[in-house]
Amino acid sequence: MNEVKWAPSAQIETLKQRAAVLASIRSFFAERDVYEVETPSLSQASVTDVHLATFSTQFVGPSYAQGLPLYLQTSPEFAMKRLLAAGSGAIYQISKAFRNEESGRHHNPEFTMLEWYRPGFDEHLLMDEIDALMQCILSCDKAQRISYQAAFQQYLSIDPLTIELESLKAVCAEYGYKDIADEETTIDPLLQLLFCMEIEPQIGQDIPCFVYHFPASQAALAKLNEQDKRVAGRFELYYKGMELANGFNELTDAEEQSKRFDEDNLQRQQMNLPTVDKDMRFLAALDQGLPNCAGVALGIDRLVMLATDKREIKEVIAFDIERA
Amino acid sequence: MANYSTNEFKGGLKIMIDGEPCTILENEMVKPGKGQAFNRVKIRKLISGKVLEKTFKSGDSVEGADVMETDLAYLYTDGEFWHFMNNDTFEQIAADEKALGDNVKWLVENDVCTITLWNGNPIAVTPPNFVELEITDTDPGLKGDTAGTGGKPATLTTGAVVRVPLFVQIGEVIKVDTRTGEYVSRVK
Repeated sequence: MNEVKWAPSAQIETLKQRAAVLASIRSFFAERDVYEVETPSLSQASVTDVHLATFSTQFVGPSYAQGLPLYLQTSPEFAMKRLLAAGSGAIYQISKAFRNEESGRHHNPEFTMLEWYRPGFDEHLLMDEIDALMQCILSCDKAQRISYQAAFQQYLSIDPLTIELESLKAVCAEYGYKDIADEETTIDPLLQLLFCMEIEPQIGQDIPCFVYHFPASQAALAKLNEQDKRVAGRFELYYKGMELANGFNELTDAEEQSKRFDEDNLQRQQMNLPTVDKDMRFLAALDQGLPNCAGVALGIDRLVMLATDKREIKEVIAFDIERA
Repeated sequence: MANYSTNEFKGGLKIMIDGEPCTILENEMVKPGKGQAFNRVKIRKLISGKVLEKTFKSGDSVEGADVMETDLAYLYTDGEFWHFMNNDTFEQIAADEKALGDNVKWLVENDVCTITLWNGNPIAVTPPNFVELEITDTDPGLKGDTAGTGGKPATLTTGAVVRVPLFVQIGEVIKVDTRTGEYVSRVK
């Protein structure tokens, strides 16, 4: 029995610090009149995002003798937007999110996410609020902001919005990614490769750094920018080598959203991945009317890693997947 | 050999990179919240000994390398090959100069070394962490300093040169750490 790893992967002292971070987050939102909600971890619908793998299970019981397929949520986004469409106003949630195939120094397949929505905010106003939260939790300086395009221009001397596939492949080869580049037929995975490997380690080292105006092709659930349709109202936050948050000026157009889901599924087919049924409850809520709003998801485990100066995610969660 | 997907990557796994067998030292998954996942691995090339970083797209697979390690006792050299024997089966293997590399200077008869085989052929020989060798030459004039302020060079029977404390003399057997090439102690 001595061989069995029963003890937590985090120190008890760290778990106390974690509790203090959670308490600070809750008081931060209480002061701002943003209230806490809870939405299901198990949902009948899943996400079409080609880079997210979900866990699934089924409910068997009254009314569902044959079993009801259910998916563990990769984020509470769709359910929270249904609350917004129902008139919730500003809300936040601290919940577990589940992502299959993800495990490592910065990833655990089950992790804790802080997600919040601000009706009437655009992405810039929301970045201000995230900045305030960061300063409150980490006592860090005000964050820096740089556009996705400027980051590529500054660190790699290329323009991610105009570069052609062949030139991009050549740049990847220069940085030692020839094998990956040779196989690629689209721009985005290569931009993501260069961003992760060559830009991310250079930004946000001393102060947090927001990268905004992601390319339209990586808009996910963000609105396109009205002045420049090549970019979207999507941003991310980086600090000390970690991606901490991803936020959107939220797409409110149901038709456009449905089209993006279809495009995801088309891409899934090309990648030999199973297609995923669109979340019709979410689309119906958008159709009913989602107020103009900005929203963001922030990884609490990573935030606690920064607050407690830990190197691995398992050091800030009670039991990582190996011990779960 | 089987192919390994990035999900099977872990320290110690042997894979083929650029036609050369390699061992994985570290494997890290790098994945943006939205977007493609990658595996950044640190590998050691087993023939050249070079350590380098390589990035794979998660989900891709790589050819495995037929590499195994075996513990064999060093017997003798005929000048061209160095001969090793399995003490249980008495099976013998001959390694060439390239496989030995610098480690030739740590070979002591009957010491058990780790031989790395690729497709059955020796590509590397790792001596035990500590070996005992006799000093054949060192400056005898220096005596008295037992603390050893910087020591002096001493040549061993295999030709290896090691820094030893001043009090150590020709004919004495010393213990050396083969990983660092440093003197450990005298052997009485």
